[in-house]
Amino acid sequence: MATESVSCADSGALVPSCGLIPEGSVGPVEPELIAFDEPLHLSSGQVLHGYELAVETYGVLNEARSNAVLVCHALNASHHVAGYYAHEPKNLGWWDNMVGPGKAVDTDRFFVIGVNNIGSCFGSTGPSSINPATGKPWGADFPVLTVEDWVCAQARLADYFGIRKFAAVMGGSLGGMQALSWAISCPERVENCVVIASSPRLSAQNIAFNEVARSAILSDPQFHGGNYYEHGVVPKAGLAVARMVGHITYLSDTAMAEKFGRTQREPAAGGEYHYNYGVEFEVESYLRYQGEKFSRYFDANTYLIITRALDYFDPARQHQGDLAKALEKVLAKFLLVSFSTDWRFSPERSREIVQALLKNQRQVTYAEIDAPHGHDAFLLEDARYHAIVQGYYDQIALSLGLPARQRTTGVLA
Amino acid sequence: MSVVISQGQSVLRQDLLRIAQWIEPGSRVLDLGCNDGALLAYLRDTRQVVGTGVELDDESVIASVRRGVPVIQQNLEEGLALFSDLQFDTVVLSKTLQSMHHTEHILREMGRVARYGIVSFPNFGYWPHGWAILRGRMPVTGEMPYQWYDTPNIHLCTMKDFQDLAGSLGLRITHRAAFNDRAEVRVLPGWRSTLAVYRFESPHFQSAAR
Repeated sequence: MATESVSCADSGALVPSCGLIPEGSVGPVEPELIAFDEPLHLSSGQVLHGYELAVETYGVLNEARSNAVLVCHALNASHHVAGYYAHEPKNLGWWDNMVGPGKAVDTDRFFVIGVNNIGSCFGSTGPSSINPATGKPWGADFPVLTVEDWVCAQARLADYFGIRKFAAVMGGSLGGMQALSWAISCPERVENCVVIASSPRLSAQNIAFNEVARSAILSDPQFHGGNYYEHGVVPKAGLAVARMVGHITYLSDTAMAEKFGRTQREPAAGGEYHYNYGVEFEVESYLRYQGEKFSRYFDANTYLIITRALDYFDPARQHQGDLAKALEKVLAKFLLVSFSTDWRFSPERSREIVQALLKNQRQVTYAEIDAPHGHDAFLLEDARYHAIVQGYYDQIALSLGLPARQRTTGVLA
Repeated sequence: MSVVISQGQSVLRQDLLRIAQWIEPGSRVLDLGCNDGALLAYLRDTRQVVGTGVELDDESVIASVRRGVPVIQQNLEEGLALFSDLQFDTVVLSKTLQSMHHTEHILREMGRVARYGIVSFPNFGYWPHGWAILRGRMPVTGEMPYQWYDTPNIHLCTMKDFQDLAGSLGLRITHRAAFNDRAEVRVLPGWRSTLAVYRFESPHFQSAAR
């Protein structure tokens, strides 16, 4: 495998194109595309003969290749974990508050890889890519994927970088499922597994929300059975509704009440209602804006693929529902974090993982952060949450003989 | 939001040192209400103990993580359902029993998850307490520095009271120690000590061993 020639350090190298790099930022970054031509046998039985992964890296891989951290992304995220693009300085990575020099996941010491999953619309091979068999976009023919398929693809990425064992594999939500799946399917390659606001399986209620979202997309007249690329249209309306549903579930009742309450958008004279179906309340305006914005940059087929992968994930399934049995071969040490008001991936679900790991006598740390923001809290800047993650990574560094923290930046600075 | 963490701790509390002596090297320990993880870090570093803490307080959890002590954030009143039967060799509950609502329940649970249990609690039988009550006042001392209206201690007991309860729950007491401030009390500990420490054996293990 290519190792010495890998340009891993290049993309993370801090060469400011203009001006100063903000303290704690990895600075301007550039994604790279890595092609794999070894066939990928998928859970569905289909085979993907070749694929590309979009990747960003931050920090420097040490000589022993022992300081690598893989960050797995959630539903609508990508490989762009930290830093910004030189031509788009406002396009910050989705976990920029967590990953950077001196931050909780400290790129002064760790080599962090952000990878975009197959099936995505952000650079890795996905339904809008050209199907080599037909010369047309894959569209509806793109295979259905599972979390396990993604982990297999990511394992090849690890090989590509010459990384035998990750210091940590980490993710939130769907990313947490991938991290858990890593610890199960490649136990000897994961030193630590960091699972945040995640679950060992979706509940019926969760699957129901995903089904509503998919129905919105599938019933959009512009969907054309998934082959809308050829028609030069996108099922924007369906995608927007899908996002609105999702968005509601990521926030807590309290967070929504605090943010919007029953505030009217533009009340009629005397504070009256308009008595129609336009935007009457602030919360409606917000949801429509979020939905519309999402439908402009996200791909409908990708949304279908990813929500389905969420539904399918259930490592205990092969063990008659016994999660402890599913985690029997796990070797990694675990950090799990949940948030009290997260009803989509509730603390109960994290506790199930904790219990199953304890049953197998694995080393587990579990923090339950009392935060009002619902599922979204895992992307926000709660100091207790960041202190836990930072403390845990400092211990990882200590146990692997990596250098001590030089500075503290970000939420805890 | 600011998080203030006290880094490091120079000396282990007297009762914790004694607790540490009662723990087998290389064994598995669960520390309920582990605070900043000092005991487990000490046991790890000096007795090769594999430990897990349970703690509710955010800053204590953070402090434990910073010491590299595995910790589960959980309210003890909700029980020990996360832990399987006899999963540990020893389970410790130091200076917490007296502030719990379900005293019997937690003791039974301790007997379920480990072969040995160790508890420490302020001894209400300490003679100046009786003196304070005779003068018409609730006692306020080093181990119980609270006024009656703001105390977290809701289930205070004497050493004899605890021994009776342990007996009724089938917990076989194997060791006992008593302290007054930092000094160990050997003569008349029921009256002269402010802090009592007991080690007991689980009834389940006793029956399982038979």
